[in-house]
Amino acid sequence: MIKVSIVKRYPGFRLEVAFEAAPGVTVLYGPSGAGKSLTLDSIAGFVLPDSGRILLDDRILFDGAANVNLPPQKRTCGYVFQSYALFPHMTLRDNLAFAGDGLPRLERHRRTAEHLDRFKLTEVAAKYPHELSGGQKQRGSIARALIADPRILLLDEPARGLDIALRTDLHDLIRELRSSLKVPIILVTHDPEECFALGDRILIYEAGKIIHTGSPTDLLANPGSVPVARLLGGFNIYDAEVIALDPARQTSRLRMLGQEMDGPHLKGCFRGDRIALCIRPEELRVVALPGDNRVRADLRRTVDRTQWVRADFGNELVVDVPRDAWNGLKESAMWVEIPAGNLRQLNKESAT
Amino acid sequence: MDWFPLWLSLKVAASATAISLVAGIWLAWVLANRQFAGKNLVDALTTLPLALPPTVLGYYLLVVIGRSSWLGKAWEAATGSPLVFTWKAAVIASTLHAIPLLVKSSRAALENVDKAYERAGRSLGASEWRLFWRVSLPLVRKPVAAATALAFARSLGDFGATLMVAGDIPGRTQTAAIAIYDAVESGNTLLARTLVIVISIVTAAIVYLANRLEER
Repeated sequence: MIKVSIVKRYPGFRLEVAFEAAPGVTVLYGPSGAGKSLTLDSIAGFVLPDSGRILLDDRILFDGAANVNLPPQKRTCGYVFQSYALFPHMTLRDNLAFAGDGLPRLERHRRTAEHLDRFKLTEVAAKYPHELSGGQKQRGSIARALIADPRILLLDEPARGLDIALRTDLHDLIRELRSSLKVPIILVTHDPEECFALGDRILIYEAGKIIHTGSPTDLLANPGSVPVARLLGGFNIYDAEVIALDPARQTSRLRMLGQEMDGPHLKGCFRGDRIALCIRPEELRVVALPGDNRVRADLRRTVDRTQWVRADFGNELVVDVPRDAWNGLKESAMWVEIPAGNLRQLNKESAT
Repeated sequence: MDWFPLWLSLKVAASATAISLVAGIWLAWVLANRQFAGKNLVDALTTLPLALPPTVLGYYLLVVIGRSSWLGKAWEAATGSPLVFTWKAAVIASTLHAIPLLVKSSRAALENVDKAYERAGRSLGASEWRLFWRVSLPLVRKPVAAATALAFARSLGDFGATLMVAGDIPGRTQTAAIAIYDAVESGNTLLARTLVIVISIVTAAIVYLANRLEER
């Protein structure tokens, strides 16, 4: 369990975050320069926050008010660097043994051998980092970070710049670690797919702040605000004007995309309010004929995937259509149906 | 043929290089890793011997380690003989010449080491001392070795400062560089040529070695 509450100021930038992370994968997600890696570096002790506290289990790593600041050596954080940072002048075995230096000799050998075996690296243990494949370096750096039994595992954009096969391997490995390690894993990424694939909990960063938190399911069901929906990507986001509200039937009428249509039940709205709404691509439907809640659309481009086709009609009308359905549709005139029940209202500003 | 000046030069250069290597890397590490008041002054002072005329440097040295100076007196009290006009004084002069090269190259090399390696070492529990010996120093060994070779070459050739503080005593403090000057002055062309050729070959070999070290 880690509790973080820190402030760090730089000219033109201010990091101010507070969160707790239990065992499991906590993802720090957001654009570059939002403060994700800075948070990780503060936990590991590479960066000194201006004020605040960092607690790991029952140990104080940093307390600005009490002038406590443990050096990185004493923080028991396993840190996996984006560049792996395997020492280039040591063999993989020596890299791992370096991490177990505080241990008695036999214990160190045993743990090194055990970790080499666990991460399928025994055969390449005598090689130098430059002789290893990308996947081996990646597993090596994780193995090295785990040798000294850290109380938390910190991963700084581990998948950045990896090809798809390696990325999949890494994701499998992180899932395996999540179930075998009893410590919090904090993962920094700016890849939304990775964020949803791995996170038990997602903290969304923007400009030095955490603007939203939630599980992947929560966030996909309702991102809550326009900035979060934009950061996560993949949502169609609309501006709309409320024309009528019908609390009894739990519906509303909206002017949206230049026409009137049915909307969902809206809380705390009045007639005439301008609101924001979102919907996911797979919740929209491409149809051949006009009708209620249907918008005329001209296809701009399509992206083919194995199971479905992503059809982009512009105007925030991006639709994921199952491939079979698409083959029967693509010749006919196109309308996009926006099911009223799937539209989610968004706050225009993030809730910080 | 008297080979003494050549041996003396090698002995002086080797001693001076050994001293500059230890002191230079320490200074370079401090300059690369620590923030302190007067850092710029230390930085400037370590570069100064490179820029000052050797005789000026020699004069300062005489002031600092001469028989009437505080340091010179202390030495004389401790060892029973003066420091100036001995081969040890030549070592001091050569060390001052060699150290700026080592500090500059080592500092640049240390500052170029990817910070991730040092961070990784620290978060793996390595003390600063162990980090230096096991990680930082091995990573800069090539540029430092190249700088050491050049520092050795430079120590080998010092003339002005050495002449000022160690003098020109044949068989005691006369290094090869000074012996060449003497030989030319007294018309001993054979000795001058031999020394020039030997020194040239040794220096060329060192420069070649230094370049090879830096390539890899």
